Amino acid sequence: MVDISVDLGFLRLKNPVLAASGTFGYGIEFSPFFDLSRLGGFIVKGLYSTPKQGNPPPRLAETDCGLINSIGLPGIGVKRFLKEVFPQIKRLQTAIIINICGENNQEYASVAEHLDPYKEISAFELNISCPNVKKGGICPAQDPKETYEIVKLVKNSCSTPVITKLSPNVADITEIALSAQEGGSDALSLVNTFLAMGIDAKTRKPVLGNVMGGLSGPAIKPIALRMVYQTASAVKIPVIGIGGIMTGEDAVEFIIAGANAVQVGTANFTSPNSTLKIINDISDFCKKHHIKRIKDLVGTVDLNSQKKENG
Amino acid sequence: MIISKRAFYVKVFVAQKNQFWYFKFNIRSFMFKNQTAVISRKERWGEDYFLLSLEAPEIAVESKPGQFLMVKITQKPYPLLRRPFSIHDRDENSLEIFFQNTGAGTSLLSEKKEGDKIEILGPLGNGFHIEDKLKQKKIYLVGGGRGIAPLYFLALELKKKNLDITLFYGGKSSADLPMAPKFKIDNIRTLCSTEDGSSEFKGLVTDLFKKEIKASVPCFIFACGPEGMLKKISEISRVHQIPAELSLESIMGCGFGACWGCVKKIKKKGTAVWSKVCEEGPVYKAQDVIWD
Repeated sequence: MVDISVDLGFLRLKNPVLAASGTFGYGIEFSPFFDLSRLGGFIVKGLYSTPKQGNPPPRLAETDCGLINSIGLPGIGVKRFLKEVFPQIKRLQTAIIINICGENNQEYASVAEHLDPYKEISAFELNISCPNVKKGGICPAQDPKETYEIVKLVKNSCSTPVITKLSPNVADITEIALSAQEGGSDALSLVNTFLAMGIDAKTRKPVLGNVMGGLSGPAIKPIALRMVYQTASAVKIPVIGIGGIMTGEDAVEFIIAGANAVQVGTANFTSPNSTLKIINDISDFCKKHHIKRIKDLVGTVDLNSQKKENG
Repeated sequence: MIISKRAFYVKVFVAQKNQFWYFKFNIRSFMFKNQTAVISRKERWGEDYFLLSLEAPEIAVESKPGQFLMVKITQKPYPLLRRPFSIHDRDENSLEIFFQNTGAGTSLLSEKKEGDKIEILGPLGNGFHIEDKLKQKKIYLVGGGRGIAPLYFLALELKKKNLDITLFYGGKSSADLPMAPKFKIDNIRTLCSTEDGSSEFKGLVTDLFKKEIKASVPCFIFACGPEGMLKKISEISRVHQIPAELSLESIMGCGFGACWGCVKKIKKKGTAVWSKVCEEGPVYKAQDVIWD
């Protein structure tokens, strides 16, 4: 029997697979396909204090092995979430993590405060890294001081554990990671999407309504993996790896790079039950390679022999 | 319990520990499934149009005209996303999709063979609303190019209700109208238009439509096709006060309301909102669509 449970210190997950925010709706959208309790957990789509409309379309553009989006965090806001969605998900036997957004530092704190009394919420994920809400793709996670301040403010206003979601659109991700750690973040999740753009050569128009967007999918996996490796080597808090994970083996690579758990995003679109398949694949991988506990793989990248087994 | 028929939502009110709360069920979500289907038939129609018959009884039985499938083209990471296709026809065992080879996804799909397996998700979206009050009335269907796809299933359902149907079918040239004989065989009055004049009427399908409504005004219009065409049909619908339903096309991520990627600007209770085409559409009342 393989043990694929993982421990983030503040939170034990039955398996390392979380469904990533923004790709999994409010969770309920996926309940026709499988029992959500089988997930390690899921991260509810970003919530502001009030409902938001999001960006003008087109919001999606496919690229080679990737997807650029400029959705812009539309949503029902925290009040409607608590009234309409939360009763449907709160009894699920899985980690429910809420992605929190804010137009300013205070809004992050007030959303956290509003949701703090609900004990069924396992953690908050601070969305300080969305490239689609401010002009030019700017976000707080590009500045160590801003990151520190938001994390600190939110930590002071709630007792629910806080995961900080980092942006890859920085020169040195470890600098931001250390700021979030210093601010009191309980864990880090990385990476959010890469600021990107597409142009239609025939019309000379940007393919997205908002001009720029965030690139996700298998195209970003190697860069995300590198950033997870760098970050996990630099911080003491748990790291959750995100970026183009499509298979169980992709997930295992992130764990070997130092991630304690992973998030699956874009793959939820290619198949609604991708997360389940990835969970099963991780189990099978462990069985095949005689790994008794997935935890034992965390951060075990072997730097002594750079030769990779030819598959 | 309040059931809103159009949106397919059920609101359930619960009283518990002196507190009231309610949740909304999307009852349609209990009807759609992700299944592996076998391609039981493949046909080539003209130069670059294809018809695939997909064996998926559980999806077929729930389908109605105007709904769509999300089709997984490949297990490889390119092309990454599934592609939305209107349901062209169905019987108790299988569903048909009809598409034009226009890009990476449809090109790969057109190379599939009979017997190949393919993952499909459906039936998705709201579909056309065939109301009882339309009984024995005159109905006009308008299809532009590949927008013809959902209108065949619709025409067959409307015919069962003894409606007087006319199809307006337009394209750049007669090569874009491969479906015309199929509608004619089913005794559906079909009027074709082509921009190059290779069919009976030279011009846009909306010009042909305008000419025809001078002679005879229908009581309802259903349309699917390029945005320019749909925009003109909306105008005609407004000017002549003929109710119309339009099936919109959009790039989609998931197909079932989770990604919020496919939105179009729609009037809802008097205000403009970004509406999810996959969930609240793809069929909208013409008067509700806001064009840029």
